[in-house]
Amino acid sequence: MDFNLSKEHLMAQRLFRDFAVNEVEPWAEQTDEEGRFPFEIVQKMQKLGFLGIPFPKSVGGQGCDTLTYILAVEELSKACATTGVILSAHTSLAADAIFLNGTDEQKEQFLRPLLDGRKLGSFALTEAEAGTDAAGQQTKVTADGDEWVINGSKIFITNGEVADTYVVFAMTDKSAGTRGISAFIIEKGVPGFTFGPTEKKMGIRGSSTCELIFENCRIPKGNLLGREGKGFGVAMSTLDGGRIGIGAQALGIAEGALAKTVHYVKERKQFNSPIAKFQNTQFALAQMKTDIEAARWLVYHAALKKDNSKSFSNEAAMAKLKASQVASEITRECVQLHGGYGYIQAFQVERMMRDAKITEIYEGTSEVMKMVISGSLLK
Amino acid sequence: MNIIVCVKQVPDTTEVRLDPVKGTLIRDGVPSIMNPDDKAGLEAALKLKDESGAHVIVLSMGPRQADDVLREALAMGADEAYLITDPAFSGADTWATSSTLAGAISKLDFDLIITGRQAIDGDTAQVGPEIAEHLQIPHISYCEYFKIEGDEVIVKRQFEDRYQILRAKLPALITALDEMNEPRYMTPGGIFDAYREKEVSVWSRVDVPVEDENIGLKGSPTRVVKTNPKMLKQPGTTIETGVDEAVQFLVDKLKEKYIL
Amino acid sequence: MQIKEKSVFVFAEQVDNRITPVTFELIGKARELAEQLDNQVVALLLGFKVGNLVDELIEYGAQSIVLADHIELEHYRTEPYTQMITQVIEKYNPEIVLVGATSIGRDLAPRVAGRVHTGLTADCTVLEIEEETNKFLMTRPAFGGNLLATIVCPTHRPAMATVRPGVMIKREPEKNATAEVINFDGTITSNKMFTTIDEVLKKGLSKHDIQDARIIVAGGRGMKTVEGFGLLKELADVLGGEVGSSRAAVDAGLQDKSKQVGQTGKTVRPNLYIACGISGAIQHLAGMEESDFIIAINSDPTAPIFHVADVGIVGDALKIVPKLTEAIRGERGV
Repeated sequence: MDFNLSKEHLMAQRLFRDFAVNEVEPWAEQTDEEGRFPFEIVQKMQKLGFLGIPFPKSVGGQGCDTLTYILAVEELSKACATTGVILSAHTSLAADAIFLNGTDEQKEQFLRPLLDGRKLGSFALTEAEAGTDAAGQQTKVTADGDEWVINGSKIFITNGEVADTYVVFAMTDKSAGTRGISAFIIEKGVPGFTFGPTEKKMGIRGSSTCELIFENCRIPKGNLLGREGKGFGVAMSTLDGGRIGIGAQALGIAEGALAKTVHYVKERKQFNSPIAKFQNTQFALAQMKTDIEAARWLVYHAALKKDNSKSFSNEAAMAKLKASQVASEITRECVQLHGGYGYIQAFQVERMMRDAKITEIYEGTSEVMKMVISGSLLK
Repeated sequence: MNIIVCVKQVPDTTEVRLDPVKGTLIRDGVPSIMNPDDKAGLEAALKLKDESGAHVIVLSMGPRQADDVLREALAMGADEAYLITDPAFSGADTWATSSTLAGAISKLDFDLIITGRQAIDGDTAQVGPEIAEHLQIPHISYCEYFKIEGDEVIVKRQFEDRYQILRAKLPALITALDEMNEPRYMTPGGIFDAYREKEVSVWSRVDVPVEDENIGLKGSPTRVVKTNPKMLKQPGTTIETGVDEAVQFLVDKLKEKYIL
Repeated sequence: MQIKEKSVFVFAEQVDNRITPVTFELIGKARELAEQLDNQVVALLLGFKVGNLVDELIEYGAQSIVLADHIELEHYRTEPYTQMITQVIEKYNPEIVLVGATSIGRDLAPRVAGRVHTGLTADCTVLEIEEETNKFLMTRPAFGGNLLATIVCPTHRPAMATVRPGVMIKREPEKNATAEVINFDGTITSNKMFTTIDEVLKKGLSKHDIQDARIIVAGGRGMKTVEGFGLLKELADVLGGEVGSSRAAVDAGLQDKSKQVGQTGKTVRPNLYIACGISGAIQHLAGMEESDFIIAINSDPTAPIFHVADVGIVGDALKIVPKLTEAIRGERGV
């Protein structure tokens, strides 16, 4: 069991780190302050193939693996959690849903442009009345000739207003409960598909989070993703993969905060000494480092398992649960160790603390993660 | 068109620190990188590949771990890679290094050779021109921009106070300045291909046509007799204070030194 | 004086009929070396219709001149210059050949060393003859300027060395000095290694070469903007000095490359060097640490520049510099 990253993974990590330092970090503060979607960064990533990392070349991807993609989310999130989630939602949710469930024609038409850098993806499951209770879908879809007609709305959708291709879940048969849910591919610009206002958020403020509104929106029959009535399974299995991405995002946020804090405590002098010399500080840093490493191996292991095994839900849930908790705790501690400066925007750790919180909530709350994990224990 | 790019793996000397107490170099943990001037040369070659389908070969002479920079070059888009490595080549000065590289290059087809102007560890800027001399081809150094026209290379050559537009007949060698361009990033797929699909050909002593008396330490007309880390000056006075006090302090110092 | 074997040659670089200043510095050092070797300094001047430059070379210490005047040498090109110098070396068998480490010298010297099959040591900062052994020791920075390496060329001749401008010291000119001038009748044969000069584009030449300045106010990335550098210009003006720059500021487009001080820029040794917002990477220090008096202003107390500064101020240069300028104006009653 070799815990060392291979040469290609190390080189990929260096690539993502260089990119994050040179192209992402300089914009992180502005992205947060203005709540601005970082279009330029996304375009650069698209040109370098970052939006198709774990997918085979045969469908337009880079031909790497899940671990490589996770390293990308991690490095990007160290610099800017917004950039990390843009990549994660696009790759793990939108693209993977189509990759795992699409027909060859759908992959050619919808997946390839997502992977080769032409289009951005989004995944729309959550509704006003259906969060953790994802099965409570109200968005309805009816068949009409060779089209589907969709009515309803989705909220809190990441990449909401800026994406091109959406994987949308809707109820085809309300009486059938979860077996009545189906998945669809919907493209921006289709008549009847509009957007509500973009949400102003506590953190990941540059991420475009908004409402999708469907009013008699018509899409071709061929846009059904997977089989009718099998949509809930599509959603759940896709979310398993998404959780690894969020685990990587949380891991990156925590590492970014710790790095800033280590730098700060070496420079900051009080009582004639850098505060790094105080045992209180040292012990806090040691605990944070240990927690990060624990989270790291859960996340990397889940990534390896996804590529090598049919079932990885448990590993993914544990990775997200742990990494998001660690991110929240560490960022809070890092603000504290900065003292008054921790509260000042220019020092960035307060942003990281605000960014961290969402990792405990979206793509399945920590409570849902515990449901998954205990479910498998108590089978 | 065949382009050979010579690249060198170097320690990132911008990261090397002097220990202020001992006055010694802290070399531990200094990452190895592709020499910046060489990377610019590689980027220029890859641009030609993008524009006109040139075939890009990268070559490096060094220890086994120089494999890393060749993989990086492959990940950026180079087509073939050769690692010239053998204990017999070590300890070489620029004469022996250039002789060895010229020997290796003579086995390959090329229209243009690109080297970096200088390496950030050796800083001599000699190997490129010496390779050209061994191969008896024209060279143009300090290249800020170049293009290929027919059977000639046209170079914007940088001097201290001017530029020359120079022309040389191919095959020719140019040395690249890192100001030439902004090298591209690797792609994730390129990295995986570099390690999993492409090969680095390893050439040892027997594979390189060069005379024994021109290689390695024995083949080097110059040799290093000693090295010392840069001696640190006696530390001066450093103060941290308000702006006005600082200004007054400086004015007093300048008066002390008869500048004011 | 007849030129004996084993003399010390200095390549007298000229551009547009003007001797490049480093030549005089090299002649100064060559005189010391030649004296220890009990031989003489020969200046090797190549060009077309450059005979008038000979007097200045003699004033600054050349004891003989070899003048190769040929139309193909009018503008520097590697191959014709290499051919001519090779013939000179073969005829006179010098012990040492010194070349200025200019963009011409660093192009020409390796080509000559390659043709003649000898050792060449680049960017030397110290040249000396070891007393007992008469060995020629060449010391140079390596490893990005972090190390000093001392190098010898045991058997191959001539031992060649390039030296950066601003490192050696030229002699006081002697108006009455005389020297023999030999008109060297070499041949230049056109071959496939010839290059053609299509065009020469002059850069906007600043009259103010920082290498001549006695006071330099230099800025780094910490000066942030062109306006920030404007503050440095005001301070330089009031002190009667020039503005210099770190590489980072040049790369960021804040200053022209001609102002760059450092390993890949210029080496300066002014009386006063004020480093503002410069972190002090080794590559920069290599270009200025021989300055007589160094003041550093940087907001980062751990910046390496403070290791070489005689006086260091931890603070914001953008605030301190304008106030310093004002204070100096006050002192001078300007």
